[in-house]
Amino acid sequence: MYRRSDELGPQMSNRLALRIALFGGIALALFVVLFFRLWFLQVLNGDKYLAEAKNNRTREFRVSAPRGEILDRSGKILVANRTSLALQVNSRKLPEDLRKRRAELAQLAGLTHSSLPRLRRTMHEQLKLAPSAPVTLRRDVGSYLVFYLQENQDRYPGVTVQRVFVRRYPHETLAAHILGNVGEVSEEQLKERRYRGLQPGDEVGQDGVEYTYDHFLRGKPGITRIQVDAFGQPTRNGRLESQPPVPGDSLKLTIDSGVQAAGESALAARGLPGGFVTMNVDNGEILGLGSFPSFDPSVFTRPMTQAQVNALYRDPVAAPLTDRAIAGLYPTGSTFKLITALAALENGVITPGTPIYDGGSLTVGGESFQNAGGASYGTLTLVPALQFSSDVFFYTLGLKMWNTGDLQRWAHMLGIGRPTGLDLPGAAEGLLPSQSWRNKLYAEGETERPWSAGDNIQLATGQGDLQTNPLQMAIAYATLANGGTVVTPHVGREVDDAAGRVLREFDPGPRRHIKIDPEYRATILEGLHEAAQAPGGTSYAVFGGFPIEVAGKTGTAQRVGHADQSWYIVLAPYPNPRIVTAVTIEEGGFGAESAAPAALQILEAYFGKHSSGESGANGGSPG
Amino acid sequence: MYATRTRRARPEPFALRPGIAERLGLPYMDATLGFAAVGLVAFSVFTLGQATKHDVPGNPGYYVDRQTIYAVLGLIGMYLLARIDYSRFRELRVGIYTFLCVSVSLVFVFGFAARGSRRSFELPFFSFQPSELGKLLLVLALAGFVIDGARRGSARQRTVRYLCLGFAPAALVFLQPDLGTSLVYGAITLAVMYVGGVRWTHFAMIGAALVALVALVLVVAPAVGTPILKEYQQQRLTSFANPSGDPSDAGYQQNQAKIAIGSGEKTGRGDRATQTRLDFVPERHTDFIFAVIGERYGFMGAAFVLSLYALLIWRALRIVTLSKNSYGTLVAGGIAAMLLFQVFVNVGMNLGIMPITGIPLPLMSYGGSSVLATLLALGVLQSIHMQARLGQKGRFAW
Repeated sequence: MYRRSDELGPQMSNRLALRIALFGGIALALFVVLFFRLWFLQVLNGDKYLAEAKNNRTREFRVSAPRGEILDRSGKILVANRTSLALQVNSRKLPEDLRKRRAELAQLAGLTHSSLPRLRRTMHEQLKLAPSAPVTLRRDVGSYLVFYLQENQDRYPGVTVQRVFVRRYPHETLAAHILGNVGEVSEEQLKERRYRGLQPGDEVGQDGVEYTYDHFLRGKPGITRIQVDAFGQPTRNGRLESQPPVPGDSLKLTIDSGVQAAGESALAARGLPGGFVTMNVDNGEILGLGSFPSFDPSVFTRPMTQAQVNALYRDPVAAPLTDRAIAGLYPTGSTFKLITALAALENGVITPGTPIYDGGSLTVGGESFQNAGGASYGTLTLVPALQFSSDVFFYTLGLKMWNTGDLQRWAHMLGIGRPTGLDLPGAAEGLLPSQSWRNKLYAEGETERPWSAGDNIQLATGQGDLQTNPLQMAIAYATLANGGTVVTPHVGREVDDAAGRVLREFDPGPRRHIKIDPEYRATILEGLHEAAQAPGGTSYAVFGGFPIEVAGKTGTAQRVGHADQSWYIVLAPYPNPRIVTAVTIEEGGFGAESAAPAALQILEAYFGKHSSGESGANGGSPG
Repeated sequence: MYATRTRRARPEPFALRPGIAERLGLPYMDATLGFAAVGLVAFSVFTLGQATKHDVPGNPGYYVDRQTIYAVLGLIGMYLLARIDYSRFRELRVGIYTFLCVSVSLVFVFGFAARGSRRSFELPFFSFQPSELGKLLLVLALAGFVIDGARRGSARQRTVRYLCLGFAPAALVFLQPDLGTSLVYGAITLAVMYVGGVRWTHFAMIGAALVALVALVLVVAPAVGTPILKEYQQQRLTSFANPSGDPSDAGYQQNQAKIAIGSGEKTGRGDRATQTRLDFVPERHTDFIFAVIGERYGFMGAAFVLSLYALLIWRALRIVTLSKNSYGTLVAGGIAAMLLFQVFVNVGMNLGIMPITGIPLPLMSYGGSSVLATLLALGVLQSIHMQARLGQKGRFAW
């Protein structure tokens, strides 16, 4: 039936048997390999792969929390939130074709006023830390762009528009320096302890109280963990757990927006750079603090134009971001005389009744120090010396204390040239010139002469190397006014939750106490009161008609390369002051010329509101 | 009639009992082989039923229903083939070979393009992939040529002739392009030659040539700018050597399959499986179905399936030794090699020890052509078994 060749012969059979056996051996070996590999993966390393699988299938999406509101002391909203549209791109949904991908990204870069390399860098940085999460390209996109993208959705695969919270400032520039701004947390900041737990793209306070009280204002982003498939797409019923965002708590400031607005408009009316601070002398609560020129904090909530960037950062003269009230470094002129007077009295250099002859000038070591305007007041005691602001009187005090260090010690105790403890970033320490300071510089060859009597004579009238600012001076005046308590200035008052319950009150307490003789305090305050409201006083022209009794001192500081700087510091009401207001105006001329009228405006605002109820700094809405 | 035969299996006592089973020829078939085959297709339908519920929206039974139909048709075909004397295929070898070459060529003309390659015809109810059936056809034809050419030409001429006969369809399939199936064709060709007694020295030379070819294809050709493999093919072939690379490339699939299988641990994750349920593992109903089994049913399930394959291949090798004639030996050897190669490469690819080559897992992977062709091949094995058993009894079935 079949050819013989098809039959299995005996010799063939032996050779075939060997080959089949070998075949079987190979099959066995291959199966052994498979079984062992299976055992290795599932039994020996199963737990490791199970963990990988679990990690594979979940994604966390962060839902940003609205920041807390910032209110003034009466509950008026200074900073709130609005929702804004952010342009996001989901890298997994971009075209796979590299050329198409590039083209789309280039177009997006154009739409967001960015460049392709910058956009790629943004995406790379954000994806490195949160793989497959959508990348925010730009916040606060205009509605025209949103409409455009919605109409052309098919041309921009992977691009979505997300609602985010953005700061809103109902009073525009009011208190801009205090409020500060928010911005994306930077890479360096992420390494800091205070930003632990944050992710790139999260917003944090970058300046002002937004920075200081960021912890309370920030809130907690919500987290939605969902199950996703291999393409990062949420699966049906794939919501694993959801943690809603916790809005930030609201921050109530000590700021009185009536006082704040008055101070800002007073400065703006002069049109010159300057700063002011109004503070409760007993507890350091700051009622108003401002600087001119100011800025609109809302510019930080949307991309800036080059002109805005230039105006904010590149103008060294106007420097609108600099808060002159706390970061200014100025000589104070005659406003320093309060400190000189106190140091002289407390150290027994003079008594309230010690007469000193003012002949118009004081010559020391061949150098002549003269009164402003060439005046001479004859023999004076302390009160008239303050009233008329006799320079020679205080030159004499400076001379008497030139190598004792008493003036420096008292100025230092009152807070000049040292940190104040203010709860705002960016405050300057200033400089209180002293014998040891100058002699050290001289030894190092940094200056051409050692400390001399002339240096102390200058300091006694707030001139020379002295560098301070309205805040430090306000603290010094407040210390005298309250009888020796150096207060900690602060703008944060309390943190309230969403329901308005107080979660935390801020009362930093005094920095330290100084023993001040009540008689000396009364004498100095009397001198300041005469200066402000007695005929012949330096600021009588301004405060003579003010219905509330005050104690105020003018200052006219000479700055090298600048016209005279105008200062005014006033305590009110006299004789038991509740508040202190310090104003300085660069190139404002005599103290009575510009700073004193500005201070008057502030006091008018404060007392206009508080004239009926004399019960303290609390009050209702301004009327 | 087969007086010279020396190796013979023990006659099975129940095989002599007459009755309906006798008339159906069941006692002459290899029951263990049949059990393994039915077990595997049943497990395939079971697995697909659980794993593909949500794959086709609104039609949870899409894959199961089709796979069930293919399995039933295949089992019927297997039975019918078992009742036919396989020796007739030897006479039809030229026709079979021609049909094989023409059918895989026609794909280029009428083929249905899917993902960049033309492999199948689109018929009214299902698509048919001729290269799958071609595996069995190649075994049947090539075994015939080897027997027929045993006395023609020198040993070297014969070896070259067999190689060319196997190479032609393999090349056609490779051009579709379907690298995996063409590799199966190569394995079949070598196996049939091996069982057919081609000299060891020739195999050594073929081995050397293969090494040179792989070096040429993977290293030299791309280097001189005329790549032979498509880029994705090359990537797949080389990425298994370092699978922990970028998730977006070919190593990703392999890594995901490995994670899937590993995460099944001893007893599997059942419906809590995520890797193979949420698309992390691609092609889960076809090439990577073993990963589904591994993740869902754990080591117990995967080892059970592997055991069924071991059983299947053991029975195939046993049939090689039982065959009443050389043609049956060669055919059984070719089919055994075809199964072994596909199982090892596919499971090895799932386990991350073999490159990704797109070879389905016989009887498990979803696909009518593959299931049908494999069951028909098992039918041929049954036929060889049956003829051997009937030969022992001294009469033919029909």
